[in-house]
Amino acid sequence: MNVDWTPEQTAEFYRRRRARNLALGIVLGVLVVLFFGISIVKMVP
Amino acid sequence: MSGAAVPVPEGLIVAAPEGVSFADWRDYLALLKPRVMSLVVFSAACALLTAPGHVQPFIGCVAILCVAIGAGASGALNQWYEADIDALMKRTANRPLPAGRVAPEEALAFGVALAVGSVAVMGLAVNWLAAGILAGSILFYSVVYTVWLKRRTPQNIVIGGAAGAFPPLIGWAAVTGDVTALPWLMFAIIFLWTPPHFWSLALFMEADYAKAGVPMLPVVAGETATRRQILLYTLVLVPVTILPWALGLTGWVYGSVAVATGAIFIARAVAVYRNTATVAAEMGPEKRLFKYSLLHLFLVFAALVADHWIVA
Repeated sequence: MNVDWTPEQTAEFYRRRRARNLALGIVLGVLVVLFFGISIVKMVP
Repeated sequence: MSGAAVPVPEGLIVAAPEGVSFADWRDYLALLKPRVMSLVVFSAACALLTAPGHVQPFIGCVAILCVAIGAGASGALNQWYEADIDALMKRTANRPLPAGRVAPEEALAFGVALAVGSVAVMGLAVNWLAAGILAGSILFYSVVYTVWLKRRTPQNIVIGGAAGAFPPLIGWAAVTGDVTALPWLMFAIIFLWTPPHFWSLALFMEADYAKAGVPMLPVVAGETATRRQILLYTLVLVPVTILPWALGLTGWVYGSVAVATGAIFIARAVAVYRNTATVAAEMGPEKRLFKYSLLHLFLVFAALVADHWIVA
């Protein structure tokens, strides 16, 4: 990335981006479980 | 809420180039206004647990999740629109948008996506009446309160309070598919509770609101008029709180809690009415009423649930 950051700022940027990606992954996992659960509940008479 | 509690070392966060985000995941959580969300979830859950009939437990949890996400979406859209005045107030200056950690277009997209997603899932998984009320509450808070009322009239939180009063209707509709007298009374309780709650806060935060140019009642009409309005709204709120019991919709458990907590509410509102302080440091009664109003709403709604499960 072509930006004028100090090494500390660059490290902080990568740390935050990693944490955001992890959080997004967890949210997507929860959505999978949610839609699976809704499908099962709706299918059971 | 007081903004993101993300520790930011001095000089570490800099303006990122376009398309590069310096946001922490907690900044997105802060956009959802978690404290407001908790109250919304609580009131919706109480209605869901009080409503007659049966809802499949997983579907009940989905309904509450949708209410929470919908409330979060409203919070994000509110913060997107109000970033300019949030930047002027000490209480809100560290929120993700005024602090520059989240870009405005990111916050808007986040809010719209959550709003559409929560309404769609509510409709598909629960029922479309609950989804319709959820959509109405999001639009009411985002458009009617945030865009239309807040900067224009000192009555902003009176009408805007209706937005926070929708969740019991949603919780009830999720179970029964309709809305009857008791959820409307729960709506009325939150609607009438909102002005004393927020005006007591506005009294001791008046300087902040004045600085931001928000026409809250103490800023426009003064402390004396605000204290009188707090007392008047309280004197209407308490009888309405007792109404579910008086009409035979609930039992003695709810009735006794409503009477006892209502009496304390009136006593605290009278203390506020008698106070003549003009500086925040001397506004003890206002701070006590603000804190007590939260406890009052919690106890009244918890009593509704307890009454339903104990008496019924």
